[in-house]
Amino acid sequence: MTNPILETRNLTKIYGQNTIFKDINLKVNEGETIVIIGPSGTGKSTLLRCINLLTSHNGGQVFLDGKEITAKGYNEDEVRQHIGMVFQNFLLFNHLTALDNVIIGLTKVKKMPKDKAREKAMEELKRVGLADRADHYPGQLSGGQQQRVAIARALAMDPSVMLFDEPTSALDPELIGEVLGVMAQLARDRMTMIVVTHEMGFAREVADRIVFMEKGSIVEEGTPDDLFYHPKHDRTREFLWKITELYGKKEKEKSEKS
Amino acid sequence: MMSNIFSYIVQGTAITVAVTLISLPFGLLIGLLMALVHTYGGQVLNRIAAAYSLLMRGVPPIVLLFILYFIISGSINLSPFWAGSLSLGIVSSAYQMEILRGALLAVGGGQMTAARAVGMSRLQAIQFIILPQALRIAIPPWSNEASIVLKDSSLVYALGVPEILRRAQQLSATTQQPFLAYGTAALIYFVLVFAVNRGLDYLSERTKLPTHP
Repeated sequence: MTNPILETRNLTKIYGQNTIFKDINLKVNEGETIVIIGPSGTGKSTLLRCINLLTSHNGGQVFLDGKEITAKGYNEDEVRQHIGMVFQNFLLFNHLTALDNVIIGLTKVKKMPKDKAREKAMEELKRVGLADRADHYPGQLSGGQQQRVAIARALAMDPSVMLFDEPTSALDPELIGEVLGVMAQLARDRMTMIVVTHEMGFAREVADRIVFMEKGSIVEEGTPDDLFYHPKHDRTREFLWKITELYGKKEKEKSEKS
Repeated sequence: MMSNIFSYIVQGTAITVAVTLISLPFGLLIGLLMALVHTYGGQVLNRIAAAYSLLMRGVPPIVLLFILYFIISGSINLSPFWAGSLSLGIVSSAYQMEILRGALLAVGGGQMTAARAVGMSRLQAIQFIILPQALRIAIPPWSNEASIVLKDSSLVYALGVPEILRRAQQLSATTQQPFLAYGTAALIYFVLVFAVNRGLDYLSERTKLPTHP
């Protein structure tokens, strides 16, 4: 067995009286795509934010490449350079063009020379299919394009792991595909990814492993086939059935309309 | 005679402009620091900044001006011109602080989160991500404060600084034509305020972020 690139041990987050999640043990191997699913409010997003230290945790540890990043005095800013994050609401820097959004982390954080950063940023924009939008401001881009720029911005830092926090939840239905397409390509390129999403089609097609979380703990994890066709827990079956039915209904309505 | 009066008023105008050009940036500097401290500082600093704002905005500018003037000119040997200008700047800083604080809040926490997520420190995030956006948002309300400071510069008249209003008063006394003297002063203020507002409108337009293609 190879060592996991990212591991959480008994990671726990308590907010006031509420336990957001408790004793989460998650191992992510290099090149693996993990999809975390589960009902809203089960701590999936908070888990991602605890992993890249954007939110403080209350117990347990996180290891990146064998080093404990939750150790006292560990340089948080340094850690976040190695963990890319994509947010539900894109969060592009509004005063910068698409290209400068990708460049700024390279020049200010990685201290890369400007021309080199520019070259690298253009490459990343090409990778998400937006080289022709390089000089557009976020306000001039569609949601799907903004999210792809956000992915390029995170990729440019050459992270060991990419975290996606419901990357398509804020998108119009017809724009979801372009973002999922970029993510699927990343998965094929063996980028290590943890994706929180409600897109079951994506989970089934792209995930190496699906983790089902509920009420702050991991109920079940396994390959897409295991979870979709042979779930061990009734709750997993129930959730997947419900969400697939909903999805199916939507599809049906769509086809009836057309 | 007429040309004498003219140059007398022009000199007064120059002093008014000078007072404004000192107090406005001075107030901006303190106001910006206070706004940053209030928004991003810890609990203690936050309280101090809030108290500063409350106190400064709760007292009439002319009263503050006298108090600050006597503190400043009592501790360091400054001319009424400099002491008055700096005092006006301090009075204005509390208002500028609130303008900038509102702008910082308008930028939103998400931008800070995104900046931290690419590995920036808080300071870098403020410098490269938050401030460039906040300052854009702040221009229109700041334009209002700029014209207030320009008009309030007439308060240093009370300290004996020979700016427009002071000179208008002297002219009124010597020529016995109060309407002409004060009317001229009013006209000059109006033109200055108008120019400042127009200039800042232009700046706001130039720095506006494009939205639609």
